[in-house]
Amino acid sequence: MSERLVEIGVGAFVALGLAALLVLALQVSGLTELRQPPGYEVTATFDNVGGLREKAPVSMAGVHVGRVESIALDPETHQARVTLRIERGYDSIPADSTAAIYTSGLLGEQYVGIEPGWEQATLAAGDRFTETQSAVVLERLIGQFMTQMQD
Amino acid sequence: MTGRLQALGRATLDGLQALGGAVLLLGRLLRGATVVLVRPRLLVEQVYAVGTLSLVIIAVSALFVGMVLGLQGYYTLVDFGADDSVGTLVALSLVRELGPVVTALLFAGRAGSSLTAEIGLMKATEQLSSMEMMAVDPERRILAPRFAAALVAVPLLAAVFSAVGVIGGYLVAVGMLGIDGGAFWSNMQSAVDVTPDILNGVIKSVAFGFVAGWIALYMGYTAEPTAQGVSRATTQGVVRTSLAVLGLDFLLTALMFD
Repeated sequence: MSERLVEIGVGAFVALGLAALLVLALQVSGLTELRQPPGYEVTATFDNVGGLREKAPVSMAGVHVGRVESIALDPETHQARVTLRIERGYDSIPADSTAAIYTSGLLGEQYVGIEPGWEQATLAAGDRFTETQSAVVLERLIGQFMTQMQD
Repeated sequence: MTGRLQALGRATLDGLQALGGAVLLLGRLLRGATVVLVRPRLLVEQVYAVGTLSLVIIAVSALFVGMVLGLQGYYTLVDFGADDSVGTLVALSLVRELGPVVTALLFAGRAGSSLTAEIGLMKATEQLSSMEMMAVDPERRILAPRFAAALVAVPLLAAVFSAVGVIGGYLVAVGMLGIDGGAFWSNMQSAVDVTPDILNGVIKSVAFGFVAGWIALYMGYTAEPTAQGVSRATTQGVVRTSLAVLGLDFLLTALMFD
């Protein structure tokens, strides 16, 4: 086989391998989302975030509007302070909206759902959700159920 | 009794000698690998032989592995109403485990065996000794470029395997079983990360390429210079590479994903 063909073959092989790595990085792991999408950050304080994790989706009426940026413990109130990054284009969320932590399906991952309020004023960068609803902790729910049963 | 004791001792010493010989050869291979900087031509030829020519078997296997994963994952997950997660299952299995491992096993069968047989035959027909007589170092001229080629080819082949496998899973899940394509990709993208998952897969495949090349070359280089010896070395090379890859995979997984 001529040298040229060998070189073309190797070149095609290496190019294909690198392209496969690129596919893995971009399409499979969604690296494009690592680049911060334009948007703004708002915070919400919860008594309990349950199993919520960073990068969990934020949705409104079931539509994906952003992601959880960070979760930290407030050292004074001992509550969880969750920073949400809302994508650009969703900048008309009423200021009195409620942020709640839900579970998708029975065993699915937890996400933040926003229930819209009625105010004309909208949330802007750095604002805080006034109304929040913590994650439902199953053990606590069962505990309450048990104590009610005993009454 | 004494005879058995002697046999045990001999077997132990033989094993230790093989291990020591392999490690010493590895040192010389690593030192000799600088030859590819001086004569890149040697590396290109070998990458063609072990990499380009392995592409077809890797891609076809990957397509079927991905399709089977899609089917099996779907049948299991649909009972829990989690059939949207089949993309996650396919991608994580491929990127973390099956991509590097199956690629290394196929590589041992397709390319490792031919490396062993080639070196073994070169030794049996005294090509290696005649090189030495011409003051050409066969370890540097013949073995080291092949080792480097395995090190280059296996990670690339593993990446192709994972990517094609994901496409196979997509064809079955979305094309055949009617899962929503958006859910397939978005669940996958939220579950697979570059830093732990894909990077660890690449590290694994580099380690497997290292082991596959090393064992194949060692087996060929130490093969008995007879027809039988070469055939035995080839078989043993594939068996040992497969075992080493699977064992190493357990070790690496335990270290990486704790």
